[in-house]
Amino acid sequence: MKEKMGTTGLIFNEPLLWEKGSPGRKGLSLPRRDVAEAPLDDALTGDGPDFPDLSELDVVRHFTRLSQWNFGVDSGMYPLGSCTMKYNPRTNERQASIPGFANAHPLLPPSLCQGALALMYDLQGYLAEITGMPAVTLQPAAGAHGELTGMLIFAAYHKHKGKVRTRVLIPDTAHGTNPASATLCGFTAVPVKSGADGVLRPESVAELMDEDTAGIMVTNPNTLGLFEKNIRQVAGIVHEKGGLIYCDGANMNAIMGLVNIGDIGVDVLHLNLHKTFSTPHGGGGPGAGPVCVTRELEPFLPTPRVVKEGNSYRLDEDGPLSVGKVHAFFGNFGILLRACCYILSMGNHLKQASQYAVLNANYIKESLKGHYHLPYDQPCMHECVFTDKLQQEHHVATLDIAKRLMDHGFHPPTIYFPLVVSGAIMIEPTETESKETLDQFIDAMKQIAREARQCPDCLHESPQFPKVRRLDETAAARKPCLRG
Amino acid sequence: MRYLPHTREDIEQMLQVVGAADLDALFSSIPDDCRRKNEMNLPEPLTEWELNGHMDHLAAGMGASPACKVFMGAGSYSHYIPEISRQLLLRSEVFTAYTPYQPEISQGTLQTIFEYQTLVCRLLGMDVANASMYDGASGLAEALLMTIRISRRRKVAVSRAVHPLYRKVVETYFTPGDFEVVELPVGSDGRTDLSGLKDLGELAGVALQSPNFFGCIEDLEAAGKKIHEDRKTLFVTAFTEPLAYGLLKNPGVCGADIVCGEGQSFGIPQSFGGPGLGMFAARQPYVRAMPGRLVGKTVDRDGKTGFVLTLATREQHIRREKATSNICSNQGLCATASTMYMAAMGGTGIRELSRLNRDRAEYLKASLAGAGYASAFTAPTFNEFVVRFPEGFSDTWQALLKKKIVAGLHLAPWYPELSDCWLMCVTETIDKNDIDGLVKEVTR
Repeated sequence: MKEKMGTTGLIFNEPLLWEKGSPGRKGLSLPRRDVAEAPLDDALTGDGPDFPDLSELDVVRHFTRLSQWNFGVDSGMYPLGSCTMKYNPRTNERQASIPGFANAHPLLPPSLCQGALALMYDLQGYLAEITGMPAVTLQPAAGAHGELTGMLIFAAYHKHKGKVRTRVLIPDTAHGTNPASATLCGFTAVPVKSGADGVLRPESVAELMDEDTAGIMVTNPNTLGLFEKNIRQVAGIVHEKGGLIYCDGANMNAIMGLVNIGDIGVDVLHLNLHKTFSTPHGGGGPGAGPVCVTRELEPFLPTPRVVKEGNSYRLDEDGPLSVGKVHAFFGNFGILLRACCYILSMGNHLKQASQYAVLNANYIKESLKGHYHLPYDQPCMHECVFTDKLQQEHHVATLDIAKRLMDHGFHPPTIYFPLVVSGAIMIEPTETESKETLDQFIDAMKQIAREARQCPDCLHESPQFPKVRRLDETAAARKPCLRG
Repeated sequence: MRYLPHTREDIEQMLQVVGAADLDALFSSIPDDCRRKNEMNLPEPLTEWELNGHMDHLAAGMGASPACKVFMGAGSYSHYIPEISRQLLLRSEVFTAYTPYQPEISQGTLQTIFEYQTLVCRLLGMDVANASMYDGASGLAEALLMTIRISRRRKVAVSRAVHPLYRKVVETYFTPGDFEVVELPVGSDGRTDLSGLKDLGELAGVALQSPNFFGCIEDLEAAGKKIHEDRKTLFVTAFTEPLAYGLLKNPGVCGADIVCGEGQSFGIPQSFGGPGLGMFAARQPYVRAMPGRLVGKTVDRDGKTGFVLTLATREQHIRREKATSNICSNQGLCATASTMYMAAMGGTGIRELSRLNRDRAEYLKASLAGAGYASAFTAPTFNEFVVRFPEGFSDTWQALLKKKIVAGLHLAPWYPELSDCWLMCVTETIDKNDIDGLVKEVTR
């Protein structure tokens, strides 16, 4: 297809909910009243919330129109680096909506929730097999929640060893959640500069590592899309001083079946099921951030834990060394279920998924080299990072390139991250995109590079096709209007 | 595999462009001693149809409503979910989108969250609500950490009538820092006893839940006045059942500074405890100390109204270790579900539904009292209440499981002092016939 993917079509304006409706309308079928009204003290009774009254069709049309202003993975390629926007299989939505799961109360007695416990037990086993880390908790509700759990484990472990440690080393390429999670657990985040080749230098870690340092948080592959090849030496240095290695597994999609995390010196790892294991991002969540640990650290995992006895499953609340609980119940069960279904559908094809994810990223990297500046010219893993250096001379910046991609029908990549690369454009295609789609994306990127030379203003004025044009974020922050 | 589009020819052509001999060569940057030696030992991949069978089989033994009559709430409530919400959530532009970092092509998500923030504020009587937290429990932990940031004090007090699992999460979040959590006792009426508050010293925040874990409606207005006698102490109120605020005075009117709780009741399946929805709201002066994402209204280059993520300088991706929280992914789709639900209910609907929940629960309460099983507490309740049962009820309870009835939640493991008590819950999915059936069974 030579035509641009992006085009215009009829979409609708739609007011805010409370600008619609009329008092007395209903959009919900209320159950029949079959008992008498019970009086309640006036002092406790309120007026009820000022919600608009809408009919069922009012509601349906409202949210249908709003949905049409959005771009999702089902709309088109979503090469958002570090976010692994792969296809979200439809069958997983079917499975999560089976009434036996969807309508299950979390405090059901074990005899009435064997299916859910079995699923969680199986998923723990699959994640242990995929990562090579023997013990797993499914409780954290997101990646950052998993990091928090990991840092709680760091703190509990050192306390148990008899010495409270105060610092955690974090490479400068890390996601912002890493230092924030460490801080939330009372640690001081100490930045480590990565080397000229974009990966951690063991010497830099050795300089900073001491017996007051709880350990290091490493993202591997890192946010430059590079494998931290010195991880084993780094682990040796940190372990030598009694510290622990945390691995942020946000980028696990590159290495399933290829690297055994348990073998490379990692003590604690979190996974993002909403990235690697295909569960939908839902416009911001919910996700799930299981944490996998070594046998030595298993006693510190949150409770309760699912255990199997004979052919039945139960929840074990016992855990004298456990960090406690990070979620009221067992985490985002509905997301765990979807991820489990994905693993059951894929089996060992997961290794192929990683291979193709890496193939796709390298294909884009090689195809766009020369058209865009590539700060680390070496084989990448599942994502590649370009910059706007070549376009800067025409006064075109990363932001303009990103916005122009929308007009071409693509979601922009992650931009201005990692922070160590000025004007970063971080592209993660994922394995579910076909070669044809990648070729269209590459063509669009090349065309934008041409436009940057020939018509920079076309880029400054983009996007043209979406419902709104560039929005004034400064005004939004200066005088916040956060509700209607 | 149907999720993987690569043909042999594709792979060959792409490898050629990349300059790699085979797929293995792509991983040359991984040192040998980091390579996995064996294949993963995972089950054979299932077809779509085999997967259906497997999951149906696992789900078949679950004691889920409506097949099972579950008179149990305790932080997870069975409410009807309209079909429109299920179908609208499956609009794939909604559920397959990422966080709206690119506002021009995310206006649907952004306007929905702006509407969510607004409706949550109207429900709770607050000035500003965030785009969601993980659940009610982590929301409460973050609310209490927020009181510490604002007041620069180190101690918080939490009522013993707050959900025990929420208190456990708070304890977990507070363990590594040198902050202190003290517990406020429960009076004989089932409400929090604040008479000892003065002796606790300088408090950053005081947290009550209403309706509390026992279903009792706290006198938030009186509590607020008492707590604010120390002007630096923040009043935090939590909830597990937002539907109560269709009927009850909202926490804002009662003087709450931060309100947080679980929004699962609003159109979100119980789903064995998650994903739910951490609702989180505060008064305007505290907005910059809040955790989580916020959506604000603005204009585009042509002056057209639009929405963006805003005040991001509080957040981890900008502020890193100085952020107000580490939260990134939240419960966006659940917030969307609750917005659809609140829109479908409307002000009139929520009032009626809220009343019906309470009236049916009161009907069960009166029926049990008539049969000789009195409530343990005297304070008014919403759709849950605590009943004292005679010795031997545990056996009855077990026997009822076989009849697919879960006759409440035994409080013994949570409150040793209430070892002969059960927490009962009735929502609109349990009708008068079900209630009469239960009463008949327990009085048999």
